[in-house]
Amino acid sequence: MTAKAYAVPAFSPRLLHVWRRNSLVWRKLAIPSMLGNLADPMLYMLGLGYGLGAMLSEVGGMPYIAFLAAGTVCSSTMMSASFEVMYSGFSRMHVQKTWEAIMNAPVTLDDVVLGEVVWAASKSFLSGMAVLAVASALGLVQSALALWVIPVVFVTGLAFAGMGLIMTAFSPSYDFFMYYFTLVVTPMMLVCGVFFPVSQLPAPFQVATQALPLTHAVELARPLMNGAVPGDIALHLAVLAAYAVASFYIALVLTRRRLLK
Amino acid sequence: MNHLRVSGLRKRYGEQEVVAGIDLELRPGECFGLLGPNGAGKTTTLRLCLGLIDPDGGEIEVLGLPVPARAREARRRTGVVPQADNLDPDFTVEENLLVYGRYFGLRQAEARARIPALLEFAGLSARAASRIQTLSGGMKRRLTLARALINDPDLIFLDEPTTGLDPQARHLIWERLRQLLNQGKTVFLTTHFMDEAERLAHRLAIMDRGRIIAHGAPRELIAKHIEPQVVEVYGDGAGRWAREFGQAHSERCEQTGETIFCYTHDADSLVHHLDQRSGLRYLHRPANLEDVFLKLTGRELRD
Repeated sequence: MTAKAYAVPAFSPRLLHVWRRNSLVWRKLAIPSMLGNLADPMLYMLGLGYGLGAMLSEVGGMPYIAFLAAGTVCSSTMMSASFEVMYSGFSRMHVQKTWEAIMNAPVTLDDVVLGEVVWAASKSFLSGMAVLAVASALGLVQSALALWVIPVVFVTGLAFAGMGLIMTAFSPSYDFFMYYFTLVVTPMMLVCGVFFPVSQLPAPFQVATQALPLTHAVELARPLMNGAVPGDIALHLAVLAAYAVASFYIALVLTRRRLLK
Repeated sequence: MNHLRVSGLRKRYGEQEVVAGIDLELRPGECFGLLGPNGAGKTTTLRLCLGLIDPDGGEIEVLGLPVPARAREARRRTGVVPQADNLDPDFTVEENLLVYGRYFGLRQAEARARIPALLEFAGLSARAASRIQTLSGGMKRRLTLARALINDPDLIFLDEPTTGLDPQARHLIWERLRQLLNQGKTVFLTTHFMDEAERLAHRLAIMDRGRIIAHGAPRELIAKHIEPQVVEVYGDGAGRWAREFGQAHSERCEQTGETIFCYTHDADSLVHHLDQRSGLRYLHRPANLEDVFLKLTGRELRD
């Protein structure tokens, strides 16, 4: 079993059945779910953007609301992916035993876990896109370069879905997820350049934030939304992709050890 | 070809060997019962047969396919009714069947075509649009059984299918399982209800501490392992009666709490003696599978 727990993931197109199951459930409540997902980031973006922004001339070479909009696209993607794999994913894995039922059919755990990650990335993608659409409607998007934010958001969603799923695989109960939000998600919100430039941090912290995925998502999305080509595109994408792949693999190994014993 | 063939199967968790070298064979169209107290290794055996966990030794063949190597293919042709309900609470009754069919690769139209007959089989035609939370325990079980049939399986695994159901609901499940057997399905049933096994199973095996300690047809097992008649004696003086008379006039005499069980080939003298004696209630009955089970696995609690 030990060797098998670490085996290379084996996927099949059946992971789409898992994705589709979740999307069918989501469709039943799509509108309230989208509004609920949007409300929180919108309040922060508009409240701080216009309220706080009125007192600031420019942040990072742009109006504060535009600065914040790019950060909010990324942070709402992070939030949405994390919530989905942790709270909803834990329900399906542990409480409702939905995964168990699926694995009695010819679908393997590898398919289930990848299906869940891709689903969470898709759902968080919609959250990111909704914020992008609002930002665009408010005239906070400068050029068609912003279309490149679309793939960035999807990769960001994959990275945070994988990371959250590691917690799900560990978790004995819903309470456990609070630690992750308090110790990982909220700090990232604050230090990765969502609300203020990373350059405002003390030097050692600036270096540390380079290891965090949200930093790289923001450093791609912000220039793209403001009509500029980001620097170090390959590096930022590589970090996000590395987080996505590594966290998925770790989550899969942990889930195999939890469920296939 | 046998629908299930298990030989020398072993599974160990840490120090404990949960499945300690068992052999099983299921012939097409038969109902096979795996009996055992809690913790005997029944559910582990089932999970091994489905290829969800890997054995530490031995071989498994489901519908001619080696498991776990080709477990996914084998699961295309099997149905599973798990011990705990895991119906999808986010869907209605009908959607549960539809979505589950998709996991087997059924096209929407194919699944839709099968659903009315399955709902009727489950007695849930009128509840197609109901939410799962509104169903009774018996309805959920029947829906789980219908769900296990969505891929028209040849072999159906049921893990304690009637645990927690009221008598009416249990009888209905049994009736449905008989229908499936009449249709030629092969059924593998785990249970700790002796009456269930006695009613349904053509053959059964009693499992304890990872080993199969007896197997055969229910009647054969009773004839082979136990005296044909039982006299149960209840009441305050039962223990004294057993020491003074019962033990001497029966082949075996056991006490559980306040109750004495006398096993014998001829109960006439026991019954006659008890009739003379006021204050002791008794029951004279033929031996059943439960007596065999308790004799082989002991009377102490298993938690």
